[in-house]
Amino acid sequence: MSLNRRDFVKLCTGTVAGFGVAQMFHPAIHEALAETLTGQRPPVIWLQGQGCTGCSVSLLNNVNPSIADVLLKIISLEFHPTVMGSEGVQAIDHIRAIAKQFKGQFFVVVEGAIPLAKDGKFCIIGEAGHKEISMVDIMKELAPNAAAMLAIGTCAAYGGIPAAKGSETESLGVSAFLKSCNIATPVVNIPGCPPQPDWIVGTLAVALKFINELGMEKGLAEVVKLLDAQGRPKPFFGRNVHENCPFLKDFDEGKFSANFNEKEGCRYDLGCKGPAAYCDSFERKWNGGVNWCVANATCIGCTEPDFPDGKSPFYANK
Amino acid sequence: MAKTTIAIDPVTRIEGHLKAEVVVENGKVVDAHLSGGMYRGFEQILRGRDPRDSTQIVQRICGVCPTSHAVASASAQDVAFKVKVTNAGRLTRNLIQGANYLQSHILHFYHLTALDFVDGPNTAPFVPRYAQSDHRLPAEANKVGVDQYIEALEVRRVAHEMVALFGGRMPHVHGIVPGGTTEMPTKAALLEYAARFKKVSEFVEKKYLPLVYTVGTVYPDLFKQGQGFKNCVSFGVFPLDTMGTNLLKAGAYINGKDEPFDASKITEDVKYSWFKAETSGLPFSKGRTEPDVEKSGAYSFVKAPRYNGAAVEVGPAARMWVANPELSPVGKTMLKEKYGLTANRFRDLGEDNVFSIMGRHVARAEEAWLVAKAVEGWMKEIKPGEKTWTEFEIPSKAEGFATTEAPRGALIHYLSVEDKKIANYQIVSATLWNCCPRDDKNLRGPLEQALIGVEVPDIANPVNVGRLIRAFDP
Repeated sequence: MSLNRRDFVKLCTGTVAGFGVAQMFHPAIHEALAETLTGQRPPVIWLQGQGCTGCSVSLLNNVNPSIADVLLKIISLEFHPTVMGSEGVQAIDHIRAIAKQFKGQFFVVVEGAIPLAKDGKFCIIGEAGHKEISMVDIMKELAPNAAAMLAIGTCAAYGGIPAAKGSETESLGVSAFLKSCNIATPVVNIPGCPPQPDWIVGTLAVALKFINELGMEKGLAEVVKLLDAQGRPKPFFGRNVHENCPFLKDFDEGKFSANFNEKEGCRYDLGCKGPAAYCDSFERKWNGGVNWCVANATCIGCTEPDFPDGKSPFYANK
Repeated sequence: MAKTTIAIDPVTRIEGHLKAEVVVENGKVVDAHLSGGMYRGFEQILRGRDPRDSTQIVQRICGVCPTSHAVASASAQDVAFKVKVTNAGRLTRNLIQGANYLQSHILHFYHLTALDFVDGPNTAPFVPRYAQSDHRLPAEANKVGVDQYIEALEVRRVAHEMVALFGGRMPHVHGIVPGGTTEMPTKAALLEYAARFKKVSEFVEKKYLPLVYTVGTVYPDLFKQGQGFKNCVSFGVFPLDTMGTNLLKAGAYINGKDEPFDASKITEDVKYSWFKAETSGLPFSKGRTEPDVEKSGAYSFVKAPRYNGAAVEVGPAARMWVANPELSPVGKTMLKEKYGLTANRFRDLGEDNVFSIMGRHVARAEEAWLVAKAVEGWMKEIKPGEKTWTEFEIPSKAEGFATTEAPRGALIHYLSVEDKKIANYQIVSATLWNCCPRDDKNLRGPLEQALIGVEVPDIANPVNVGRLIRAFDP
């Protein structure tokens, strides 16, 4: 089930090209994975911590390449609790077999936060040999031997909702967790609650291209150069929502929407967090391009490290 | 005969973290414990916030059914703040939630359940799988299953585009807010919605429904397993007017008798849940959510809600049983031709058939067809350009609750407001009803009870355990 170069280019054209992503990403996609993917599909272990599965569901909404092609032709999804055929001890054994067989070459995707409180008891991901395995346990086991970690969604990137004020689970995102354990595996954050699926697939595509061209270590170093101070790929998260919003002109002219029935005018007075948020939803849009947050209502700043507390109250800006 | 205990952890292809521990004797399950392994603390996180924020935050409980949590939260505030949602607001909420029902039921049957019956390609993520998976479909039907699995990925994606047209994006919509919705459907957007609806509803009628009935003919024994208490509750969903009439009506069915639904009969026990003992037995509106992971005897983060003391099943089988609507033409025909059963309304399927592994899939597929028909009507009923949002003030003190039904079952949200901030917020979701542990009287949860008697002829391959759990769509 591998792809030839032309097929892959055809598949991925929609992910990044044509959506106005920074120019540098075009050649990446066009040349990218065709080469990488003629051999073994890269093994991916997808862990779910404290989350809602919304990031996985969002990934299923990817248009180009279709999710069927992502699953069958681009990556080898060896473990994913919501998708995989196996369950129970067979699934846990399989994680360990893959981690051993592909030591240093497999990728760990994390969806959801990692709760430290009470010895990790607030999130149990499985058991083996009559011993329960917490999210903390499996992270400590897999992270040191992974090629890289992808923290997908704001919970995995920065803690998100499970780490919000009032929580007693002491939840962390992946980077903070690895730092607390002195594990140096590179981490790429793809925040968003949930992330737009192109951000996930596009980042994966570019990472695989670099790795294919330069080898694992140098390739990943190139990926890291694309990240901003919050660990996010700049081509997707480098621009301010407000500064690029189709309603910016209204803001400049002082035309403001006063309630949800007024579909004209800048949404600032409704609490829009666009001025403090970075992503490209304003042009990429969502769900096949049919709509996006601010056109519908407001931005709640879900791609930011301080989401939700720093963006709350969502519907006021005073 | 010796008893054998089998632990399945993780139970996969569900939303969330679940462990099943069953005791098997003479090839059948004789005892079962279900353990929910994850806790975040939404109720504490919500406290002290602007109540309107709850409609966003609660959607993060479940990325498969965020729209239903949004409806419950927004509706609870409508009640608390005494807001009258306009007719267009009600219809737009239905169009958003209806599209997600279609998405969720398709996702559930094809992408969560199908691998219980269909051999996927011999590659990850479809392998590894049980060595003896009891997959009985003939090669041709299996190929149809695999092809439809792939096609359904596309169809459910399109259903999410329907959600996003009025919800802004999906998962986690912006469009549902207290007071109504933020999007006033335009003529153009309704046309976009209708074009996608056509594709989705055709798939439900021509592929999903027939495949469920076809799989059922190959697994007649799965209509005989997993009955459980056969007690069920539906809170009602999809308001058809502003007077409280629902497409799928509210009601309870306890010990073989129909009863009107009464929310005041809901309490939550925590004897076997990792929450402080003194919070047990409270009515949902007085509920407290205070974890205690060291509590002896406890085995789950799921509380045990009870309806007038009964452990009740929720979900499509419960809703369809309570509402007893007419079956789809496809269903009537296939039941007659393939099962020799003359059935006109849902209850004609028979209580034992409905409350079974396969019966719950039939209920879900029939419900998808019913909801699709209703969506078609709402598209025609709504008038483009009508206001969907009603202005309101947040009172300094207020209280309210609202019920709805998520695709996977009954949902209730309660909030109280003090000083314009959330003072208490309590959620009883579908997973609590179905996947709960034993209650204070040691009565098993509905799914635990349904596991009793399930056939496990081969303890190395306990396929029917996962099949039953997934049939509930926990």
